[in-house]
Amino acid sequence: MIRRLFAGLVLASLAATAHAAFTLDQLMGALAQHPGGRAKFVEKRTLAVLDRPLIATGEMTYTPPDRLEKRTLTPKRETLVLDHDQVSIERDKRTLTINLASRPEALAFVDSIRSTLAGNRAALEKNYALQLTGSADKWVLTLSPTAQAIAAILQRITISGSADQIHTIDYLLADGDRSELTIEPLGPR
Amino acid sequence: MNARAWRPLLLWLLAMLAGAAVAWHSRFSADMSFFLPARPTVEQQVLVDQLKEGAVSRLLMLAIEGGSAGERATLSRALRQHLAARSDFASVQNGEAGSEGAARDFLLAHRYQLSPAVTPARFSVDGLRAAIANSIDLLASPAGLMLKPYLTRDPTGELVELLGGLNAGAQPDVVDGVWASHDGERALLLAQTRALGSDTDGQERAIAEVRAQFAAAVRDTGLGRLRLELSGPGLFAVKARATIRDEVTRLSLISLTAIVAVLVFVYRSPRLVLLGLLPVASGALAGVVVVSLAYGTVFGITVGFGSALIGEAVDYGIYYFVQSGRRGLASWRRRFWPTVRLGVLTSVFGFGALVFSGFPGLAQLGLYALTGVVTAALVTRFVLPPLAGERIDVAVPERAGAVLAAGLRRMHALRWPVIGLALAAGAYLVAQRDTLWLPDLSVLSTVSAEDAARDARLRADIAAPDARYLAVVTAPDREAVLQAAERAGARLEPLVADGVIGGYDSPARFLPSRAAQAARRASLPPADTLRPRLQAALADLPLSADKLAPFIADVEAARRQPALDHHDLEGSGLALAVDSLLLHGPRGWSALLPLRPAGTGDGADIPVARVRAALAGSGVLLVDMKGEFDALYGDYLHQAVVLSAAGFVAIAGLLLVALRSPRRLAGVLLPLVLAVMLVIAALHLAGERLHLLHLVGMLLIVAVGSNYALFFDGSALDSATLMSMAVAATTTVIGFGTLGLSSVPVLHAIGVTVGPGALLALLLSAVFARRAGPA
Repeated sequence: MIRRLFAGLVLASLAATAHAAFTLDQLMGALAQHPGGRAKFVEKRTLAVLDRPLIATGEMTYTPPDRLEKRTLTPKRETLVLDHDQVSIERDKRTLTINLASRPEALAFVDSIRSTLAGNRAALEKNYALQLTGSADKWVLTLSPTAQAIAAILQRITISGSADQIHTIDYLLADGDRSELTIEPLGPR
Repeated sequence: MNARAWRPLLLWLLAMLAGAAVAWHSRFSADMSFFLPARPTVEQQVLVDQLKEGAVSRLLMLAIEGGSAGERATLSRALRQHLAARSDFASVQNGEAGSEGAARDFLLAHRYQLSPAVTPARFSVDGLRAAIANSIDLLASPAGLMLKPYLTRDPTGELVELLGGLNAGAQPDVVDGVWASHDGERALLLAQTRALGSDTDGQERAIAEVRAQFAAAVRDTGLGRLRLELSGPGLFAVKARATIRDEVTRLSLISLTAIVAVLVFVYRSPRLVLLGLLPVASGALAGVVVVSLAYGTVFGITVGFGSALIGEAVDYGIYYFVQSGRRGLASWRRRFWPTVRLGVLTSVFGFGALVFSGFPGLAQLGLYALTGVVTAALVTRFVLPPLAGERIDVAVPERAGAVLAAGLRRMHALRWPVIGLALAAGAYLVAQRDTLWLPDLSVLSTVSAEDAARDARLRADIAAPDARYLAVVTAPDREAVLQAAERAGARLEPLVADGVIGGYDSPARFLPSRAAQAARRASLPPADTLRPRLQAALADLPLSADKLAPFIADVEAARRQPALDHHDLEGSGLALAVDSLLLHGPRGWSALLPLRPAGTGDGADIPVARVRAALAGSGVLLVDMKGEFDALYGDYLHQAVVLSAAGFVAIAGLLLVALRSPRRLAGVLLPLVLAVMLVIAALHLAGERLHLLHLVGMLLIVAVGSNYALFFDGSALDSATLMSMAVAATTTVIGFGTLGLSSVPVLHAIGVTVGPGALLALLLSAVFARRAGPA
């Protein structure tokens, strides 16, 4: 989310390299520079067991390097906070706190988005094979799980964006269910 | 020696033999009971039960240090495997995956008997629609990933409900698949012993087993660089016992050696030294016997008090041998025995006041010392003379007598400086009166600061329950107590919803009463009824009824499921959770419902008054363990103040009767009161943390010190008397002073108060003596 083009300098540097091959390091570098912020999201889940997709909307806030807050507003209010290795979900006045370190596959799953936001290539490559296509203006990053435990749940994650801005995150699960997250940055708070 | 003289000797011998037999069979204990109330209130009884038998009292926290995270995890797994194979442990956990799977399968299989959400309304069309719509919402959330595999079996989301209750509390961090400390530097395990917390032998065996199995696990894995750290109530109990055992031996030895050295120096006769120790040995034995007969158990700390008793009881023999030397037995009996007897009586009144304490340890100390002193005095009076014979020759060096007498004359000049000093001490004590006494029972604990810090660190890392707040219900049988727990839960539920408390545990969560289970089963509609309802409920939802055949089958099966029983829980890891909250004692069954505060982090409290109000009239007892501890200590302290005051008044009354003159009484008491003030002010100034045993020590200064003050009352003192007093005071100071070396706070406090206090009592009595010097 929250990928605002923030400084003319960064913009210029990206433009300068636009015609050269866009590398993973360039993308990660640009993402790592991002100062964080707020974005709207729409999440569409397509589940085999259900007759039609589920749509959820809300806001996300990213504070580099490792805090991500996802506030779902419809259809039901729910707040998910990912802070270091701790994920807490607040729903119906109840808070469920999970220590992700105790569930490495869940951590890898949740961490994919955070590591991408942080531009942390090393963290991503621990669990995924990365493939980048397109240019700085319009790139697509594909994460394919390398660990068996993650591959059992997840086929791949496809992230698309332009410059340091992420537009969509598409999770394709092992059982064919998928979840598409569309992100639209909001102005600073 | 004639027959009349032999009779007491024979009686004494028989009594000693009988006493030795009783002492041989006495039960000695070093457990918490020393500090636990003799006549507990209902709330205190909960506290006592928890400390002796509660689940928390059986927890041992283990930490593996050193090496890499991977090595620690490997060793943690190996150690768990080793320990789980031993019968000493009810459970051993280290966070390994797999244990949670068993619990989840159990909850899934029995969800319709376990879930409190199962009511007839839940299985109506509207209820089904609401529950299933909620589950579908949940699927849209990140939490839904966990639910998805179960949706067609459990569309109403009972499993999610039950899992929510399973891990409501905090969990330790996990590194490399096993529990680890927050900084990741230690792997953690939690073992629950089968032995009760009060079974120190059992705890000692379990701890030895942990160490042995750790060594075995190290051998298996070859990870010799890794170390084991251990803490828990059981370890504290075992260490406390070892400390007390060591100290009893060490202190008695120091005290005895020093006193024997003094006696050898003074008597210069091995025979007299041995005879002089006779009253001491008799007194110590009698003390153990009487305490054992009165209480059934003798506390180790009580025996540790013996080293003080040695110093006090040896005095009577000293008076007898030194004073009767030149004048003979008959003259001694006439002239000095009344004074010694009065001193014995003041000691008896002082120690006797403690016997009435509700603090069992204090009462035992009182009874032990009281018996010891009386026995020593009686043995001196009736047994020593026939054994010692008529001719006792203790040389009183003329020079020593002269030096003492000269010193005595000079001390007279000190009376105004002493009064000035005492006034300053008094003013200081008045100024400090609010902060003088520490209001915390933990000051009496034998746990060292280092061990306490390690325990706190492990406890924080492992997120071990501290179980401070407990709602307790009692009933005659298990079914009734589970029903009572469910009723209490119904009262607590609104408090959770309102955020007054964070949550609560209950044994009925995983083992509902048969009545509740039957009601839940009766809420489940037969398949033929459920099917059309489901059709109607799903009309507007993105889930079609034909996908929910597993749900209908499960509900149908659950209708025929037998009632869930305690043995069904075994193997799921949940039996432990239930057992630790369900106690079966001689007074029937109790269920404990630990409450969690709403806030997180340290110092999060529960508004006890609000919770109590919500539980009013339900028969549920709310116990704040820390509050109870504080109240308990407050009671002890208050009682100690009353008893000390009563003891002081009794001693003053006794002296008034014996001396028959308020002026003489004032003359005897003044130096004692000044000694008490000076000692307490000095201890506080020196940074000693004062608690109720120092308070009791104040009474004992008066009780013991009056023995010396009394000699200064009345006629002039000759060299022999002066020397006997100097020697007697020295042995008493050695006896009590030795206790000051103890690391057991109870003994240390009495030692540092009474040791200097007794010495000061003697010196101040000399300062204020009406007639100084030999006649």
